[in-house]
Amino acid sequence: MAQRLVVIGNGMAGARTVEEILERGGHFDITMFGDEPYGNYNRILLSNVLSGAEEESDIFINSLGWYSDNGINLRAGVRATRIDRFAKVVHGDDGSVTPYDKLIIATGSTPFIPPMEGTYNAKRGFHQGVFSFRTLDDTRGMIRYARDHETAVVIGGGLLGLEAARGLLNHGIKVTLVHAMGHLMNTQLDEQGGAILKASVEKLGIAVELNAMTTHVLGKDSVTGVKFKDGRTIPCDMVVIAAGIRPNTQVAAASDLPVERAILVDDQMRVQDEADIYAVGECVQHRGTTYGLVAPLWEQAKVLADHITGTNPRAAYHGSRTATKLKVAGVDVAAMGITSPERDTDEFVVFAEPRRGIYKSVIIRDDRIIGATLLGDVSKMGFLTQAFDKGLPLPEERVRLLFDLGGPPAEVSAAEMPDDNQVCNCNGVSKGQLVACVTGGIKTVTGVMDKTRAGKGCGSCKSLVCQIVEWAAGGEVEEDPSANWYVPGVPYAKPELMEAIRAQGLRSVSSVFAALAPGGKEDAKSKMGLVSLLRMMWGDEYEDENDARFINDRVHANIQRDGTFSVVPQMKGGVTSPDQLRKIADVADKYEVPMVKLTGGQRIDLLGIRKEDLPKVWADLGMPSGYAYGKSFRTVKTCVGSDFCRFGVGDSTALGVAIESRFQGLESPGKMKLAVTGCPRNCAEAYVKDLGVVAIDGGKWEIYIGGAAGAHIRKGDLLATVDSPDLVMTLTGRFLQYYRENANWLERTYSFVPRIGIEKLRELLVDDSEGICAGLEERMQEAVDAYKDPWLEGREPRADGQFKPSLPLLPLPIVPVREVHA
Amino acid sequence: MSSELVEISIGSLESLPIGEGRTFTIDGDMVAIFRTRTGVVHAVSAVCPHAGGPIADGLADTEVVICPLHQHVFELTTGCSRSGQPPLRVYPVRVTDAGEVLVGAPVPVDA
Repeated sequence: MAQRLVVIGNGMAGARTVEEILERGGHFDITMFGDEPYGNYNRILLSNVLSGAEEESDIFINSLGWYSDNGINLRAGVRATRIDRFAKVVHGDDGSVTPYDKLIIATGSTPFIPPMEGTYNAKRGFHQGVFSFRTLDDTRGMIRYARDHETAVVIGGGLLGLEAARGLLNHGIKVTLVHAMGHLMNTQLDEQGGAILKASVEKLGIAVELNAMTTHVLGKDSVTGVKFKDGRTIPCDMVVIAAGIRPNTQVAAASDLPVERAILVDDQMRVQDEADIYAVGECVQHRGTTYGLVAPLWEQAKVLADHITGTNPRAAYHGSRTATKLKVAGVDVAAMGITSPERDTDEFVVFAEPRRGIYKSVIIRDDRIIGATLLGDVSKMGFLTQAFDKGLPLPEERVRLLFDLGGPPAEVSAAEMPDDNQVCNCNGVSKGQLVACVTGGIKTVTGVMDKTRAGKGCGSCKSLVCQIVEWAAGGEVEEDPSANWYVPGVPYAKPELMEAIRAQGLRSVSSVFAALAPGGKEDAKSKMGLVSLLRMMWGDEYEDENDARFINDRVHANIQRDGTFSVVPQMKGGVTSPDQLRKIADVADKYEVPMVKLTGGQRIDLLGIRKEDLPKVWADLGMPSGYAYGKSFRTVKTCVGSDFCRFGVGDSTALGVAIESRFQGLESPGKMKLAVTGCPRNCAEAYVKDLGVVAIDGGKWEIYIGGAAGAHIRKGDLLATVDSPDLVMTLTGRFLQYYRENANWLERTYSFVPRIGIEKLRELLVDDSEGICAGLEERMQEAVDAYKDPWLEGREPRADGQFKPSLPLLPLPIVPVREVHA
Repeated sequence: MSSELVEISIGSLESLPIGEGRTFTIDGDMVAIFRTRTGVVHAVSAVCPHAGGPIADGLADTEVVICPLHQHVFELTTGCSRSGQPPLRVYPVRVTDAGEVLVGAPVPVDA
């Protein structure tokens, strides 16, 4: 025979728990006691019924038919009065005695009615015209009463009171909201937020009285007004009491079950010291906490169901971190954690714009969010909730917690994003595909990225991919040990890797694998990063191995989609000459270059060169490489500066050429694109470069670092303002070397600079606070001295067949030739 | 019509650079031959099934090659993709005692 399960309470917690049990195939004879003579409805939506936004029928979760379909004996309208724990029976107020093997108490809450004279009528319960706001019957009563009455006082300035006030407004009632505390929603909002909410509510036409303790409900036969402690009275013909809720522990207390503020339960949702009695929802106290929100309730119901059905006897509820997102009286409110800073060291980031009803605050302790409030604009809720729940790293610029500024779009909420939303725009990977990959069993971020190729294009979606994987794995994301490694095949972070390389004198990629990789195994994905690192570390002493180089670095040109290459000669600062142009034109003719195009970095690109022609093309050009293919120093874009421009205040062209001459071709963790512009009009776009220099009046130069205008847009941070081009050269050298030595592989400056922090960089590189500048300059000088131009030096093949075509199967080139019309 | 495997010489092992790939035409097929650092020779089809990239130009280790265009990863011994692409074709290869590299290619024969 199936075990008998009795559930006391047919509200959201009781019904949801039964649903979870049925879903697990739990085999019970179920009886449910429900105070209200209905099936099960969504109590949260009662405010919509009150306001008329939804019909009663819309808010039912389970109709009466659901109970019979599932063989549940629903005792609607019967109140359980007492449990006999020893006889294992439940007594009903209809005199019934119901035996159980397992019992669940889900009695929810009852409205809190503050002591006020005149609230009750001795015969009828509530005075005529006085309502609480908890049940469907309460709501119906209010709607009915509102039809022929005009003014209402709502007591309670919390969520429920605001909803009641707003709902009544829709019935043409003049509403005064009365709150005993100093500001509205005082458990979720701080004072300033409460004040802004008050203004928004008043705009809707609701009068608000704060610090008003109601002591009397006035009126003999029906309500005529309320009286406050200070003696003032407000006339009205209807009173709604929405002053909060209290856990409903009546039946538990009457049955000698342990009750403090609510029924005490353990991590399996069992009532303390009771083997067969469980409790769930608003009526329980778990580890000292009671919950009045729906999300914790869902979590509890799952654990209870896992445990009672034996699906997972070890299931445990550990409490919930609650974040609420609500629309209160038409105003979006989101709140989590504490409402105001508690310690002197807590960071408190606040933005207030009362005119538009917007208020945002975040409280940070030890670099973790411990509280946040959003009012009027809850667009950042997704990120904040995740950061709050999981202790995610926070942006250095705290303002990014409150607003979307330019930069990595990491703050889109993973949870709220639709499944078909494309996350990786380079490789066309949707959120749904990422989630499928995680549910398919891959629970590491790099694993998902490898499998789906998301984040493997420009890389700008990586942080979003990371969030989605974490969200999809539901906190079970596996720590990926390789996440901190410089390259995936060698288990060391960059500083430790450099130390080991130096200590063991490893000068080639193959020797690094042999000495430091697990089992001495080489890894193709790690080769490029190691080449870059070893070249940076060893300069001249680096032992080159052709097979470690990416194809672009093997042939010093940029591979194109059809296997041909693009050739970009150096054109320092974007300055060229008739001679150079003539030579380029001759080469383009001779090799039938299908496309000649200007690049974004102010150079000329010859596209569609066959691999086997590359050495001849370089020889005929006789120009140094412009390095348009490597993870290296690329270009310095300049404007015409003071020589010709009537606005120019500094010789940007000469300085740009000088910078490019000095730092040309240096390998680095990511591309380095620079610019020098002759005045703040910024024609050379210096504000959005890895390093940008801006001439300002008075012979001074500003140096910006960490800018970007590619997949990310970011304005660089001002590192320093200096008064000579020499100092620009010095600081540029220090920054580039510091970046080369400390950035992760493929980490562009727009991520690196915010990660280290501009203040820190200024201390290190401008103030030399740690005495590292001399070393940086020295190592940079060595790198500059070791530089050899690959086109001038590398014309003889270094390996057999280095320039042998790899794809001669297609008629080359297949890139369409564009006709230029005169 | 059926086919049988014919071994075709692509030259000496020494002519293959260590760790790199080179493309050869074997009976009309474009084949990328890799000589790994452990001395093993692999032969796979030379064109990436994803977007036609030149596989022989890819970075390789003892297990995989990475297409240089969009970084799709293929196993050298099986041709299988580790990044969700259709597989590369794998050709049998052996090195003779004299150091000659022989690649097996199916040649059509009349029944």
